[in-house]
Order: sequence, then structure tokens, then C-alpha cells
Amino acid sequence: MTTKSEIKQKEIKQLTYQDFVPENEVKWCPGCGDYSILAQVQRVLPELGIEKEKFVCVSGIGCSSRFPYYMNTYGFHGIHGRAAAIATGLKVSRPELSIWVATGDGDMMSIGGNHFIHACRKNIDLNILLFNNRIYGLTKGQYSPTSRKGMVTKTSPYGVVDHPFKPIALAIGSGATFVARTIDREPKHMQEMIKKAGAHKGLSFVEIYQNCVIFNDGEFNHLTDKNTRDDNLLVLEHKKPMLFGKEKDKGIKLVDFKPIVIDLNKKENSIDDVLIHDETDEIPMRAMMLACMAEDSNLPTPIGVFRRVYKSTYDGDVHLQLQEVNKKYGKGDLQKLLTSGNTWEIK
Amino acid sequence: MAKEIKKLESVTVRFAGDSGDGMQLTGARFGDTTALSGKDIATLPDYPSEIRAPAGTTSGVSGFQLNFSSQAIDSPGDQVDVLVAMNPAAVKVNIKDLKKNAIIIVNQDAFDVKNLKLAGYEKNPLEDDSLSAFKVIPVPVTTLTKNALEDSGLSPKEIVRCKNFFALGLMFWLYSESLIPTIKWLEEKFEKQPEIKEANIKVLKAGYNFGDNTRLFTERYKIEPAKLEPGVYRNVSGNEATALGCVTASLLSNTPLFLGSYPITPASEILQYLSKYKNYGVITFQAEDEIAGITSAIGAAFGGSLAVTTTSGPGLALKTEAIGLAVMTELPLVIIDVQRGGPSTGLPTKTEDSDLLQAVYGRNGEAPVVVLCASSPKDCFYMTIEAFRIAVKYMTPVILLTDGYIANGSEPFKIPNVDDLPKIEVKFLEEGREFYPYMRNANLARPWVKPGTPGLEHRIGGLEKSHIFGNVSYDSENHDFMCKLRAEKVASVQKDIPDLEVLYEQEGKLLVLGWGGTYGAIYHAVEKARKVGMKVSQAHLNFINPFPSNLGNVLSKFKKILIPEVNLGQLARIIRSEYLIKPIQFNKVRGLPLKSFEIQSKILEILSEENNDNQK
Ligand code: SF4
Repeated sequence: MTTKSEIKQKEIKQLTYQDFVPENEVKWCPGCGDYSILAQVQRVLPELGIEKEKFVCVSGIGCSSRFPYYMNTYGFHGIHGRAAAIATGLKVSRPELSIWVATGDGDMMSIGGNHFIHACRKNIDLNILLFNNRIYGLTKGQYSPTSRKGMVTKTSPYGVVDHPFKPIALAIGSGATFVARTIDREPKHMQEMIKKAGAHKGLSFVEIYQNCVIFNDGEFNHLTDKNTRDDNLLVLEHKKPMLFGKEKDKGIKLVDFKPIVIDLNKKENSIDDVLIHDETDEIPMRAMMLACMAEDSNLPTPIGVFRRVYKSTYDGDVHLQLQEVNKKYGKGDLQKLLTSGNTWEIK
Repeated sequence: MAKEIKKLESVTVRFAGDSGDGMQLTGARFGDTTALSGKDIATLPDYPSEIRAPAGTTSGVSGFQLNFSSQAIDSPGDQVDVLVAMNPAAVKVNIKDLKKNAIIIVNQDAFDVKNLKLAGYEKNPLEDDSLSAFKVIPVPVTTLTKNALEDSGLSPKEIVRCKNFFALGLMFWLYSESLIPTIKWLEEKFEKQPEIKEANIKVLKAGYNFGDNTRLFTERYKIEPAKLEPGVYRNVSGNEATALGCVTASLLSNTPLFLGSYPITPASEILQYLSKYKNYGVITFQAEDEIAGITSAIGAAFGGSLAVTTTSGPGLALKTEAIGLAVMTELPLVIIDVQRGGPSTGLPTKTEDSDLLQAVYGRNGEAPVVVLCASSPKDCFYMTIEAFRIAVKYMTPVILLTDGYIANGSEPFKIPNVDDLPKIEVKFLEEGREFYPYMRNANLARPWVKPGTPGLEHRIGGLEKSHIFGNVSYDSENHDFMCKLRAEKVASVQKDIPDLEVLYEQEGKLLVLGWGGTYGAIYHAVEKARKVGMKVSQAHLNFINPFPSNLGNVLSKFKKILIPEVNLGQLARIIRSEYLIKPIQFNKVRGLPLKSFEIQSKILEILSEENNDNQK
């Protein structure tokens, strides 16, 4: 039996990767992690079963925000920090569009912070891809709100004194209903995350660790280097125990509300002690705990879906209300509206 | 006791009291009634920015001024004929605006030691001769209200709250107006609180009957209906008219309206009104800040909505960068700025026309936008529609300036027949073999394409674009070309706007040139000056950028140009730089509209100098 959505997918011309590649030249630095993100998005979008003309890429300012120019879809390159607000206006007025916001740690976590938290809070059905390279690339190497404390950059020659944002925690705390993390060097994983983000109804936020070869090269080496990757990366899988290590012999256990690493080769530890990941948990506590793990050098950095819950969307509710008011009062008659209130006639 | 009814042509009344005394409501009810009985009216609410400023003090005084007349009028009047003062502070604050021999109806009960002290009176002005220039009529409003509601079962607090309706009833008696519209209004308003409804109606009638029975008044007055054009009328405030203009433009263009806005005084009402009109397809988005207000509207414009953002001065400053984005992406967008006293937070509830330079020039880069302004509450309706018409026809942002005075003020509005209003043509490009996002039509407008249209995928943004093709371009010649092209496009709107009309002689010694909310004050000043034999003409601008094409010619026909403004000379500055003439300025920034007698004396001063010069 074919389902309705399958029939719909058949009607839509089967799109390919090539459909999303525009003629113009991509101008990121050679070796930049952005290339991988672009390629994965171009691979995933054809599989979402949405007509090509319904995709819109919206961005702000920064290296990441050149993204719309490199996608052969409708695109809007906005101003610094405002991508989420521009996308909100577009989505609320045109809910049938599939909107992808490409942004960076400076664009969305600094100047655009306010729009980001409110888009999350309202659960606007947008897909936000945060290219997090922990540095300002386009302005040539100043520290960003996600730069690590102590990082030496052009504007922090003696080390960054700020405490960085945890974008995942910020998204969860602001009410985002889909929150995930992936890495530029994990193409398959990234495709999976983008696909899930695209399928989620509501605000989807994907933080992508992205290497800036020019100004912050090697920032994520410990997570991408063959020799260290497995000991540092915890790949979250829904309903599966949180295991990592080459042999999957290390696990995360909760002791006194704190995550600790246990070695499953030791007799006193058992697989039953290991936390099971549940991305659909309504209570955000565990997702929040996972969001804070990357900061702790004793713990692995989680990637995968942190949180995926259902909440009505702002854009959906706005249109629902429009319909309800229409039903209640009937379609508005302009002449009646103009003539409402106390009127009098002069003959 | 029957009293003589004297006919008057026009009267200016002001209701004043504590901001908790309900003076705005009382004034609005009085205005509605006089308008309903056919007078032409103009209103001027004036209230403190604190919601409930300290009771009894002069800073807490809230006023509502209203001019009603059997003649066509355009201003709420300079000087007050009748002041209704609910406490000593209201007398103190308003005395400077009263005509000689003006009537002051005071709530005698409020003139106790405490209130006198709060108002800064050492002696009771009702007991010395400090008010001898006026006709003071002390009425124990609070006591009489209490008496009327003795058996109402309301609490003492609730009873005292009804006292404004006593004053209102008395004023209706004094000006021979009907109680019926107010009774109807109370019946609707307090449908669910019958005791409050009954109490207010009772007090209203008590006030009216008091007028009939007291010996305090020897005469009462009547103003005949004005000879307005035939038609069906309603009363509108500027903000209401602006909101109605937005819905009307949406229906005339058959394009859904999207408002992105952040609450700000005195513009919030437009957002409030439009939030109600959901069954007209209106989407209102109350954004997280001013910037999201405009950028969400830009997103909606990209999506094919008729997009608008509303704000006041400080908000316009925040929207500046985004207006540049709309200039660059050449999307239709209307930005409505209800101006208020600045700079910074300035005088949030007071009027000023000091955002003109910000609107015309206040952006980075060469960023021309069309700038329009409305000159009266009802004019807001038509100028809003005009703003949308130009925005979609030329694919450009348009700034519409109104101000706190016309936004909050109201006047009768002849309701147009919707079928008579010209349609606004909106054409989305839906197919095209040879499509480029920056191709242009004869108006130099680029095509408007809705995302979702197959085959026309394209990308726009804030970076400079190549002519026609719309690719990102850093080419120096292209940038030079595009800057000039955008300027030319906005300048070309001139061919599409009406010529500036000159009232009275088309040439002569003096022209008074104004813009926006000063229209009424200037009109009356010129009219009065002419009545005493002065030769002076008037012209009023609704289009600031571009100016009407005949403006230069008009200016050259007069020896002197007087520009009265509620700023320090912003239009004068533009006129000077555009036409190399030196206009005479008249500038007051008191948070209030200009007074026509002041403009009139300025006219007199200029013309007598002129005559002296000629005699020498
Ligand atoms: S500066 Fe860094 S982030 Fe920007 S394009 Fe180059 S490598 Fe990529």
C-alpha cells in the first residue's frame, strides 16, 4: 500500500544533488569546513520530498552566510544577525515554504542572539544550521561568543576572558523543539542530522562544528583525528545506551545527577549502569546535561539529536487563528469595516 | 429653568484632570457626540507619559482639547473657550492657554488643602482674584455625584470614579448636545456590569439636569451642524485611519498584509487595530524588537506580502540598517513613523516633526527612499494607501511620516465608497525564459517573484548586485551605475505624484510652505491673515522625496517663503539645499502642535517688514 505522502513524492520530480548546485563559483577558502556542509545539504534536500522551488535559504552575515548564493534555490542574504527574523517573516506569511537558515557563531550567537532565542521560543518551523567555528572568519580572526576561554586571537592577544555560550544549551533553554550537533568531517552523520531536521515540524537547530582553516585551524581535531576521535566523541542514538570508545567499552553513568565515564571492562560496571538516550524526553534535564558535556575535559563531546519533541508551531497557530476568526466573523467586508463605529450622514 | 440659547460658530473646549480622572475618555465621548450631530471637529489629546503620574500634581495632568464648529476646521484650536478642570493642578497647568473671558468649570470639591498644596497653590485661586480674567463656575462635582448615587450600592471608590460623567453631562447641556450617543456607548461598554452602566447613565443625566436647574449659568449655547460635503461620516484618529489604510491597500491590491512591529508610543495603536482584522487576511507579528519588526516585514515582502512596519523615532533609528537592505534588495516595504519628541526617548507622548532628516537621509551609503507625510487624521488613510501604491509599483521602500498629534487627534472622515478607490496593481512574475532578478521595467522596477514559483529561483541580498543579472558584484563601474540607477528610480516617482497646489494667489510676496501635521494651524493662520487684508498664500507638502515637480517653480513665484515646523528647521534645510533659496523659519519644539495665532503674527511681521522696505 502506498501512503499519501509517498504518492505525493512520486508526483514530484525526483531531484538530485545536481539540481541544487548553481552556476556561480563557491568562494570559501580551500579546505574550509563549509564545503562539506554545502555538499551534505545539497545531497539531503532532494530526499525530503519537497519541490525544489519551495526551498528558501536565508542567512545573515559572515563566511557561513554566503551559503544561499551557493544553493540553486530561492535565497536571501540578509544583514548581520537578522537571518532568523527575516526567515520568521517569510515563514509566517508563507508557511508552505521549507526554510533553511545558514548562520555562524558570530551572526546568530552574538549580534543575532535576540532573534535566535525568540525564534526558538515561538517554535517557528525553520531549520537553522549554525556553522560554529568559534571564530570570526570574514572579519579575519577575532574571537566569537563561542571561542574557548583563553583562546588567543587577534582581539585577545593575551587570551579570551569571556565565558563562551553553549549553543545547544541556549537552544534547549529557549524552547527549540529539535536540537542536534554534528561535525563537518562526519558527512554521513551530518546528512542524517540534516534529514531529521528537515523532517521535524517546528524549530530545528543543528550546531555544526566547522573547521576554519585560516583563523582557527584544528579547533575540533580531538573530535576528528583518527587517533583521538573515538575516545572523545559520544554519538547519541535514540533509545540506545550512551557508549563510546573504539571498542564501545566506555559508557556514561549518572551519579548524583552528574555524568561520569565508566569503563565497561571493569567488573564492577555493567551495561545496565549506562544511561539510555531518549531524544523525545519532554523534560529537558538530560538533554541539558548532554549540552554541557563538551565543556568538561573529563567527558566526551556528544553529537547527534539531543532533543526532539512536539509542540505546536507559531506559524501553524497563526494560520489556525486566522481560520478561526474567519469562521467566527466571516470573510471581512471592507466597506463594512470602513463604515463601522458611529456614523452619520450629511445630505 | 429655561435659559437663553446663544448660537456660536465654533468653540474650543478642554477637559483636564488627573491622569486617573478619565479625561481622555470624557473628551472622546464629547467629540463623538458633536461629530455625530454634524459639527466639524478636531481633537488634541495631551497626556503625561506616566500611566498614573502622582495624583493631584501638575505633572499628572491629562488633557483633551476639542474644537467643534459649524464651519470646516482643521485644527483643535489655539486657545481655549471653556476649561473643565477636575482639580487645582488642572487649572494651574492650563490657565496659560485660556482665552480672555474663558469659562472655567471647576470641580469645587477638589480644591481642598491637600490638592491645592500638591498643585503648588499657596492660596485657593477660587477665593482670591487670580482668576478674575475668567468666568469661573465652581460646581461641587464630587458631592453631586455622590448624592446621585447614594442608593446605587456601589463602593465609595466606584462612585467617585463616575464623576467625569457628571462633568460630561453638564457640558452636553451647556452646548445643547444629546445624551443618547453616550448612553448607547455606556450600554455597550458596560453590558456585563449593569450597576456601573446604570450609575454612569444616572450621573450623566444628573450633570445635564444640574445645568438646567442651577443659577450658575445664565445662558447656554448651540453650534449649528457644519456644511460638510454630503456623504456618510465617521470620526477617525490618525492611527485608526492608518490601520484602515493598510487593510484597504491590501484589499485594493489583492495582496495579503503583513505587519511586523514592536510596541512603541505613539504608534502601538496601529498594531493593536490591525491585530483585530484577522478576517481581512491580515497577519500581525509582534516582534522581539524593532529590528525584527522590519526584518520580518522584509522577509514577508520577499515572500510576496504587502509588508509594513510601524514605529516612532527611536524605532526608526533602529530600523535604519534594514531600510538599507530593502533599498538594496529593491523590495516593496512601507515604514510608518509616528513621530514624537526626540532625541533619544525624548517626549514619548508628545508630538514633534523632527524625523524628517532621518527619514530622507538617515542611512549608510547612497540609500534613497520615497518619503511621504500625512497632514491630518483622515489624510493618514489616503497617504497610507499611496505609500503602498508607490512601494509596489516601483519596488522600493517608502517611509510615511505622521506624528503624535495627528495620530491621536481625530476628525470626521467621509467614508469612501470602496469601489471608487483605484485598484493597486500588483503583478508577480510567474514565468519567464529570460529571467534575471535585476531586470527592470519602464518604471525601473525589478520583477517581484514569489518563492515557490518554479524555474525562477534566484538569490538577493545586501551585497551590491550586478545590473540586470543580480549576481554579487564588487565591480566599481557597476556600483557607480547601480547607485545612480537606484537614485534615478526614486527620483522618477516624481512623475507619478500630483503637483503642489497653491491656495490663493499663485504668486506674490509671501508663501507659507508646510508639511505634515502643521496643515491645520497654517491654514487657519493664513485664512485669518487674509481676513485682515494680508496677501499671503499657502502650499502644503505631502511628498518630501521626491518633491512635486512644480515645487521649484512655485517657490520662484514668491518673494518670501515662510516654513513653520515643529522642529528646528528640517524642511527649511532641505529646501535651502535643493533650491538655493533662503526660507524664513518659524520653529517651536514644545511637544505641541503649532498655534495658528503665532504663525499669523509671524506672517504679519514679515509682511510689515516687506512694506517698510518698499516705502524706504
Ligand atoms: S575564513 Fe575560515 S570560515 Fe571563512 S571561508 Fe575561510 S576557512 Fe572558511
